[in-house]
Amino acid sequence: MADIKLTKLNKSYGAVHILKDVSLDIKSGEFMVFVGPSGCGKSTLLRAICGLEAISSGTLEIDHAVVNEVPPSKRGIAMVFQSYALYPHMSVYENISFALENQGLPKDEIRKKVEKVGELLQLTPYLARLPKALSGGQRQRVAIGRAIVRGAKVFLFDEPLSNLDAALRVQTRMEIAKLKRDMPNTTMVYVTHDQVEAMTLADRIVVLQAGRIEQVGTPMELYESPGNTFVAGFIGSPKMNLVTGAPATREKCTTMGIRPEHLEVVAKASAGTITGSVEYTEVLGSDSFIYVTTDHGIITARQNGRTEVKHGDKVHLKAMDGRVHRFDENGKRITGK
Amino acid sequence: MWDRIKLEPSKFALHLAVLIIVGIWTFPTAGLLVSSLRDKNLIATSGWWTALSTTDRSAQGRMAEPAKQVSKDGKFEISGSLFEGAETTGVVKAFGLKVQKPDEFVAGTTATTDDGKTLTVQSDGKYVYTSPVAFEGDSGKRLFYITSVPPKFTTDNYSNVLFSEGIGRSFVNSLTVTIPATIIPILIAAFAAYALAWMKLPGRGFIIAVIVGLLVVPLQMSLIPLLKLYNATGFLSKTYLGIWLAHTAFGLPFAIYLLRSYIAGLPRDLIESAQVDGANDFKIFLRIVLPLCFPALASFAIFQFLWVWNDLLVAIVFLGSGADQLVLTGKLNGLLGSRGGNWEILTASAFITIIVPLTVFFALQRYFVRGLLAGSVKGG
Repeated sequence: MADIKLTKLNKSYGAVHILKDVSLDIKSGEFMVFVGPSGCGKSTLLRAICGLEAISSGTLEIDHAVVNEVPPSKRGIAMVFQSYALYPHMSVYENISFALENQGLPKDEIRKKVEKVGELLQLTPYLARLPKALSGGQRQRVAIGRAIVRGAKVFLFDEPLSNLDAALRVQTRMEIAKLKRDMPNTTMVYVTHDQVEAMTLADRIVVLQAGRIEQVGTPMELYESPGNTFVAGFIGSPKMNLVTGAPATREKCTTMGIRPEHLEVVAKASAGTITGSVEYTEVLGSDSFIYVTTDHGIITARQNGRTEVKHGDKVHLKAMDGRVHRFDENGKRITGK
Repeated sequence: MWDRIKLEPSKFALHLAVLIIVGIWTFPTAGLLVSSLRDKNLIATSGWWTALSTTDRSAQGRMAEPAKQVSKDGKFEISGSLFEGAETTGVVKAFGLKVQKPDEFVAGTTATTDDGKTLTVQSDGKYVYTSPVAFEGDSGKRLFYITSVPPKFTTDNYSNVLFSEGIGRSFVNSLTVTIPATIIPILIAAFAAYALAWMKLPGRGFIIAVIVGLLVVPLQMSLIPLLKLYNATGFLSKTYLGIWLAHTAFGLPFAIYLLRSYIAGLPRDLIESAQVDGANDFKIFLRIVLPLCFPALASFAIFQFLWVWNDLLVAIVFLGSGADQLVLTGKLNGLLGSRGGNWEILTASAFITIIVPLTVFFALQRYFVRGLLAGSVKGG
């Protein structure tokens, strides 16, 4: 059981301000995902929680104790690095047992724990191998095993799937989801730039931009009611259409947001429809995306299955009722009517 | 295979260049080795490349003195063997009675002189010399002949230089200097390199700059100050401890520089992962960094070993010239002066001198091969 509480956390390297007044509560047993574009500070935030980066100002509490100055190994955390960071000259067994060895546990206890973890992660046949004799997915599991064996209260993942190929990524994603289910009391913090991972794994998502938290919420909250235009554009694929000008004015806002899946192609122009010509289409089988050039920029619409429209066609797009997001001149969400 | 190489001209050029370099390197070494194993008389008369072939040598000998003549069928006869008491043997191909014509008669034939004497020499060296009148005089007649000498190899040269020329003792002295002078700087430099690469210290950049600066200080410049310092302390001058410390000091800047750049190149994640795993700096150094930087340690060890082993200057300055302190290079230098004509001694001594560096190189060269880091981080 471990809560993590960040209060007004700042991190700067000289004049470069990386994290700006980050305040966040991570509840015990929660799966929290940090997402954001490259350079938004999400990895730095994770490393600050880990203790690998010193905190410039603000406090970091784990289990109601301020741990700003506590070294990583004493924080009750485990970290899975993007590169796995396996010790190349040590066997899988030694890799997993290294932390226990540093704790000074007796040998037979270490053996028991390592074998248990090996079994849990199906690594038993590979315990004697060196990391270079393992596949990418197996290395990933060793890295996770190293975290599990210490019985850490908090797991930190730094883009753990980014080195795997697409098929293995889906499989490992499921394994991590299962791992979380098996360890309901362990708090997990996961950094990724892949929003599919964020949406599928997270209990809650933190969207970061330029060192600030833009929004914190469950995946569906972020999808259904993004707090500002940045979150609106960042969550969802393809991106939400953000339209300014006449259609937005009609909705009494500065920026109008509508997701591609909430746009319909209608036969006739009417009030509220946007007209344009089809730039190109992507047919994926299960669904199709239509990119339409309009007076208000390119707008993306999604259709189920195959689409009949072709390049050059003139189409009218209509937003489904109640699916329009409205933002004010500062990009903030306007709630209510 | 040749087709493939011909298709890639750049590769062909590379292979050719490697082949030439290997040739240039091995050819003299092989010559030295072969020469050092040959008989000293053969070294003087023919080149080492003829070592495997049978060589013709002209020689001279003396037949038995007239006192040993026997009378036989009214003639007088002296017989014996050319190789009696001689140190070389061989097969006689031809013989003659004049120094200008040692190959006048083929072995086995009979030569007849103007005064009716006949001489027969067999190929195994047996001769029969007959005369119608009694031989006179005190000494036997001189005989010139051509022998073909089969190839002959010997380790006598080595046992000679090792045990009677003092090379053995110098060899031990050289090892006494070189091994500690290689190990001490590695020990110090590895710790320093880790600290300078991964530990946050005040003034780290300045220390690194100073070390890089020390790289370019010529050794000769520090000889006199160092020697004065040693003489002032008293207990360091002309001792092994003194030369170990001197070599350590001369080797350290390069060692720290080389190891630091290697250790700093280790993936940051590995070090951080070990920190999260609860290892302190000393443990990270011993368990993670030291095993991983073995290739760098090995390459520095080779450099330092060769440099110290081949060093003459520092040894002359900091060690005495007595038998208990004279190193191989110094001994070899002395032999060049005193035994300059004795090739068998010089070649064997030279080969003993290079055998150790060669062994060290071949023992450690596999650690130059990259790929020790394979498997630690992505892909691999």
